[in-house]
Amino acid sequence: MDTGAAGGAGGCGAAVNGTRGGGPKPATAAARSRSGGGGGGGGAPRGGATKGAGSAWRHLLLRLAVLVLVFAVWQLAAEAHGSVYFPPPGRIAHHMYELWFSGPVRRVFLTDAAVADVLPSLGRMAAGFGMAAVAGIALGVAVGRSRRAYALCNPVLQFARAVPPPALVPVFVVVLDLGTQMQIASIAFSAVWPVLINTAEGVRNTDPLRLDVAAVLRLHPVERLWLLLLPSALPRIFAGLRLSLSLSLILMVFSELLPGSANGIGFTLTDAQSRSDLPTVWAALLLLGILGYLLNTALLAAERRLVGRGRSTA
Amino acid sequence: MTLRLDSLGQRYGEQVVLHGIDLTVPDGQLLCVVGPSGCGKSTLLRTVAGLQPAYEGSVSIDGTPVTGVPDQLAVVFQDYGRSLFPWLTVRDNVALPLRRRGLPRAERREQAERILERVGLEGAGRRHPWQLSGGMQQRVAIARALVCHPSLLLMDEPFGSLDAQTREDLEDLLLEVHRSDGATIVFVTHDIDESVYVADRVVVLSPGPASHPVLDLPVTLPAERDQITTRGLPEFVALRAEVGRAVRGSEPKAPAHPDPRP
Ligand SMILES: Nc1ncnc2c1ncn2[C@@H]1O[C@H](COP(=O)(O)OP(=O)(O)OP(=O)(O)O)[C@@H](O)[C@H]1O
Ligand SMILES: [Mg+2]
Repeated sequence: MDTGAAGGAGGCGAAVNGTRGGGPKPATAAARSRSGGGGGGGGAPRGGATKGAGSAWRHLLLRLAVLVLVFAVWQLAAEAHGSVYFPPPGRIAHHMYELWFSGPVRRVFLTDAAVADVLPSLGRMAAGFGMAAVAGIALGVAVGRSRRAYALCNPVLQFARAVPPPALVPVFVVVLDLGTQMQIASIAFSAVWPVLINTAEGVRNTDPLRLDVAAVLRLHPVERLWLLLLPSALPRIFAGLRLSLSLSLILMVFSELLPGSANGIGFTLTDAQSRSDLPTVWAALLLLGILGYLLNTALLAAERRLVGRGRSTA
Repeated sequence: MTLRLDSLGQRYGEQVVLHGIDLTVPDGQLLCVVGPSGCGKSTLLRTVAGLQPAYEGSVSIDGTPVTGVPDQLAVVFQDYGRSLFPWLTVRDNVALPLRRRGLPRAERREQAERILERVGLEGAGRRHPWQLSGGMQQRVAIARALVCHPSLLLMDEPFGSLDAQTREDLEDLLLEVHRSDGATIVFVTHDIDESVYVADRVVVLSPGPASHPVLDLPVTLPAERDQITTRGLPEFVALRAEVGRAVRGSEPKAPAHPDPRP
């Protein structure tokens, strides 16, 4: 399995260093021979690609196996113990299904409870994260493009990032009162910093030679942004977006835990806890884990599509 | 475009790179600049391109001082691989200079494909630069410079990574483009043979620091040139010897033949 990962990394490295030719080839060859196994192959890059795909599948299977194993151990341990506080995962999953996903077909299986609690949560998170992403990228480009702006803003940004986001929620409660506005604002305000800082950093690190090329080509400022600055910064932008996404999820739940919230997954959690409805608490936790995982996977897929091809930014 | 350098000097911090360079390149001349590694050839081109302000003296084009990047300029950078945009296809990279012409996209792509064919890269247009070999990337950079028919063309060791055959083909392509477009060209090279073969005039720079021209030689070969016959002419041999002596004489410890590939 390790060999598979090394092979993948080698291929990637080849793309990264491929600007001067020569260097990367031995690396790929070495990676290929290390991945060993059957078939001498024609030696063409194709051979390496199929082997890479094969080990990627094996890698996926292995990860699934670990996941299944963890759940099996959990299930057995919980059943053996028989505590009401720690229901086995099978029961939790079933409870989750009954609570939220056993609705009619025409509502894509969502129950009333799901429409009342899960969807508003997701909506607020999408709004907050979307605002953070747009504002973060726009401001990040503005800050990163000018050396002076970067030097001036950097301390402020580092400070803003250093404040633990949940600590800001009380401020928003006072300013905006409880409710959707406050929740979206806390999500957006917490999630904006990682995107902003990473975008600024990425734009600032644009290869100076490419900036010279843009000057010689007399690219229009908008073209320069679209054809050079954003593509160069894209890997960093996505790194920021991933951080922001997990912050958004945290803030989504946290802003719904406050007394006085009316709905949401976080509300379900506190509500069930006050009624000592432990299966629901566990179901909400499982749902949050699944949501976080799916959202992150979607973001990674988007990143792979957008960044994959231009990986040679060096 | 007539290019004029007036007692041009350039430095990085305390290090004086170029000093007292007076040079006039008349409209349509192909000037070759030869000099040892590190003497400041790339710096000279960057200054002419308006990417770096002159430390002392001035650069002017058709009588107007260069303050920013001049119009109708194309540059082939020495670090050609890094100068391409990896997130664009080869064709879109080559079509970039046509944007300022306001041509429709289809037209831009067609012109890009045509020039790619001329540098021997037909069929590579849809690939990405990092999928090409070093020599192929270098030809992409050359195609990007030629596609917009610039009137001032600066080339920094543009044929450095090519095999002998491709290199000769591209030297002939350059001569052909030069004849048809009549651009003013400044061509930096390490290769003495190449400089004499393509140039109307060869300037040899002294080793740094404070590099300056030590030889300014008009190339009196016939305008029609041919890889076999021209290189066999006694006059070619004599010119090459003269440039070679200037390069050697200007090198402090005179190593073997200058390596054309850094
Ligand atoms: N950005 C820079 N900062 C500081 N010094 C520099 C910089 N760029 C070049 N130099 C110095 O200026 C001198 C000339 O560099 P330049 O790249 O112009 O040489 P060159 O003649 O093009 O060399 P080569 O033939 O190897 O390409 C070198 O001594 C180099 O160390
Ligand atoms: Mg150079």
